[in-house]
Amino acid sequence: MAVAVPVAAAAASPLLAWRDPVYIAAGFAGVVAMELLLFQPLLASGWLPGLSGQRGRRVHRWVGGLLVLAVVIHVMGLWVTSPPDVIDALLFASPTPFSAWGVIAMWAVFASALLALLRRRLRPRHWRRAHTALAAVIVVGSVVHAILIEGTMEIASKIVLCALVVAATVVVIARLRIWAARAR
Amino acid sequence: MTKALMTRRSFLAATGALVATGPAGLVVPARAERVAPTPSMRGGANNYLPGAPIVERIGGGGFWMTGTVRRAGDGAPLSGQRIQIWAHTTEGNERDPWSHGATLTDANGEFRLEMPQIVPAFGQPHGHLAYDSGDFKTVFLRPVMASSADTSLSADFVLEPA
Repeated sequence: MAVAVPVAAAAASPLLAWRDPVYIAAGFAGVVAMELLLFQPLLASGWLPGLSGQRGRRVHRWVGGLLVLAVVIHVMGLWVTSPPDVIDALLFASPTPFSAWGVIAMWAVFASALLALLRRRLRPRHWRRAHTALAAVIVVGSVVHAILIEGTMEIASKIVLCALVVAATVVVIARLRIWAARAR
Repeated sequence: MTKALMTRRSFLAATGALVATGPAGLVVPARAERVAPTPSMRGGANNYLPGAPIVERIGGGGFWMTGTVRRAGDGAPLSGQRIQIWAHTTEGNERDPWSHGATLTDANGEFRLEMPQIVPAFGQPHGHLAYDSGDFKTVFLRPVMASSADTSLSADFVLEPA
């Protein structure tokens, strides 16, 4: 439900009629990225049925890779559609406040992926805290970015998806006690 | 019984206010009303294509871009000034040449150009306007519609000599 409804609602957006395919693809890459964000904390915690423990972690890594891909498609598609607007956003010189939130979240996604690749060189506690902190930045940045935008996402489904993403992240961080001093 | 013109308290308050505002430049000598030039807006020049032709209307119309052009300083209306307009509309995106057009201000310094309905792009329903004709300093504006259901948008220019 949480996955199908936002995509279907965005697919019904009247704005699509007035956009080029590349711009439409960029928008949907953003919607898909937000949905992947909902799965990440649930996979990390192993709470999804059939995806507990190591299996959940492995899927979490793959979904993380897809998330990087979705963000790259999102930004590249926008770049092709209007280069100066994307340059403004990347330089934090955009007139639209949501751009900065999106760019911060993008860098946090890239940093998170890089950190995951270097994971074995880090102490487990440092890795957990750094990765979780980046995840929090990604979630907050992405949600503010999406909420402030008037785009193809339908309002109600957008708010519900964003609320679910925030709730899942907060609950998992709290339950896993990532900031607890003891090693896990 | 008449009231004192100025009590000690009001004298102190007035003096304090003068001391507080004087150095900040808020107290100015009496002179003709000054109209400040309009600064360019962030992102205003994005997807600008110089030399948009003067047109009766852009595309099929149905949406109105309006505004005024005045001179900095005395605020006098400027007639015959060329204003270039472009936006993401129902008929094309900002980079499409057919999304661009220009119009001239009338004797009252007002302009009015019909264009296709502006639709939200890059997160906001917005238009772009440029004054870029040389006699005055170039100004790029990027007004945002209060609602994407609006069928008009306005922007005002105050230009200073180049």
